[in-house]
Amino acid sequence: MIINILGWILLTIGVVFFISGTIALIRFPDVYTRLHALTKADNLGLGFIIFGLALHSNSILVSIKLLLIWFLIMLASASMSHLISLNALKNKINLDEES
Amino acid sequence: MVEHYQILATILLFVVVLGLIKVFGGKEKIVQLLALQLLGTSTVALILLLAQQLQLEGLRDLALIMGLLACIVAIAFVHYVKFNSENTLKK
Repeated sequence: MIINILGWILLTIGVVFFISGTIALIRFPDVYTRLHALTKADNLGLGFIIFGLALHSNSILVSIKLLLIWFLIMLASASMSHLISLNALKNKINLDEES
Repeated sequence: MVEHYQILATILLFVVVLGLIKVFGGKEKIVQLLALQLLGTSTVALILLLAQQLQLEGLRDLALIMGLLACIVAIAFVHYVKFNSENTLKK
């Protein structure tokens, strides 16, 4: 029962991370700050949701599979954000002055 | 208790729609790409929630493939598209 409630709390935190990530993507001024918001939503939001679902799943194999999905997506999004920021730097997309 | 998954999935669907508005309405290409990435990840979370709700094993594989394909989109974009320097913000 406690594990169930803990799972719901983790799921809610994950959804809140996704909402704040999207709002940040809309509101932030330039590419680099938006990339920062994006990686937070990617890693933490998906991480919390996957931990919540892993607590709710009945078999341990499903939990391990969920954790593997999180690990792969984290690896992919980390290398992807590195590529994007490197490309933005090379093409001289500058920082916003106000940021 | 089961319907709570549906509530969370609906909220995530709104997040996806907000991201789609940014994808279609964004002026700079790189911002559209970033919104597409966020959209990919939130779709993965949405599909995982639905997999738990509907007790469908196959949806988890689908989520994995969605996440990896979203990353490949970014790699192809970075490889082929040169960003304009008009994207520079008032300097």
